[in-house]
Amino acid sequence: MNQFNNLSKGLLRENPILVLLLGTCPTLAVTSSAINGLGMGLATTFVLFMSNVFISVVKDFVPDKVRIPAFVVVIASFVTIVDLLMQAYTPALSNQLGIFIPLIVVNCIVLGRAEAFACKNNIFSSFIDGLGMGLGFTLALVTIGSIREMLGTGSIFGHKFIAEGADGILVFILAPGAFITLGFLIAILKKINKSS
Amino acid sequence: MAKKESTFKNMTIALFVITAVAGFFMAAVYSVTKEPIAISQKAKINNAIKMVVPEFETITDTVLMPEDGTDSIRIHRLLKGTENSGVAVETYTDKGFSGRFTLMVGFTPEGSISSIEVLEHKETPGLGTKMALPAFKDQFKGLKIADLPDGKLKVKKDGGSIDAITAATISSRAFCDAVNRAHQTHRKGEKQ
Repeated sequence: MNQFNNLSKGLLRENPILVLLLGTCPTLAVTSSAINGLGMGLATTFVLFMSNVFISVVKDFVPDKVRIPAFVVVIASFVTIVDLLMQAYTPALSNQLGIFIPLIVVNCIVLGRAEAFACKNNIFSSFIDGLGMGLGFTLALVTIGSIREMLGTGSIFGHKFIAEGADGILVFILAPGAFITLGFLIAILKKINKSS
Repeated sequence: MAKKESTFKNMTIALFVITAVAGFFMAAVYSVTKEPIAISQKAKINNAIKMVVPEFETITDTVLMPEDGTDSIRIHRLLKGTENSGVAVETYTDKGFSGRFTLMVGFTPEGSISSIEVLEHKETPGLGTKMALPAFKDQFKGLKIADLPDGKLKVKKDGGSIDAITAATISSRAFCDAVNRAHQTHRKGEKQ
């Protein structure tokens, strides 16, 4: 497969959230603001391409019947390492995102890509696939986060654009707002994909 | 290299090697990052103490278990020279909207609240997070909990004097709960 296609498929055509509908649980939980979405997206991207590369290296060594436990160990180890490194060297960022990092382990995108792509393809393709999927995930999270933050609190990336002390439409920063936003985005993307 | 067959021997070896390598890397990263993590956490606590009780020179600390709590609470006694310049209490509540959050509450030597800082929380952005803003937490400044009716802080809805955050009464109640716990533990510490 052409490497550029491989990278770009994660962004729109096979976007993990909006098309494949993988990992909706962390999506709904962390997108209450744009910056949370961005942080979660980037951390997931890192884990995704690291685990994709590692799994495509060891894929011939691991027998089929135990591949899932082996992949889970690899992914959980990378997440733990990222978490420790962030706590040690970027404490401010870790304060912001601390609670989301362990959530990456239960994110089915990571295991999904390991199973669907990395264990069948070579190292470079797996790296590109992880990167593309991660960026697609980040793009979707930031979009949902921005919409919810703008409607819900009247600010964007923490900068308020409505009057000080005024409130937005509160439902958008609560859980139902996440479902509503995600639903509309999926509908819009379906329409675009159909007409093109 | 051809794909390994799923024999008992192959599976055991593969899993053993992968977990061993993963364990080794995590142990390595853990030992490298242990010290920086401890330093940054200490710096965070010290910063919070400085925010709630600005004028002090040395910290001595004690750990106490409050009467109604499930976890121990750290009290930092602050001295200026040999003189008491107040205490900073690391307190918590389990009644937050999304579970536990922790606060640093400063008390003057006279026992009134000097200031409060939020340490860690998972409250809803845009609602519960407003507890860290001056509009909410500054109403606690100068209050002497022992002089309040019932000896406890309460939000107005519960017959107290604290204005709860709009649409975040649970977070506001939890905040009061944490401050009450700090006060109670602080008093217990004074008696000893």
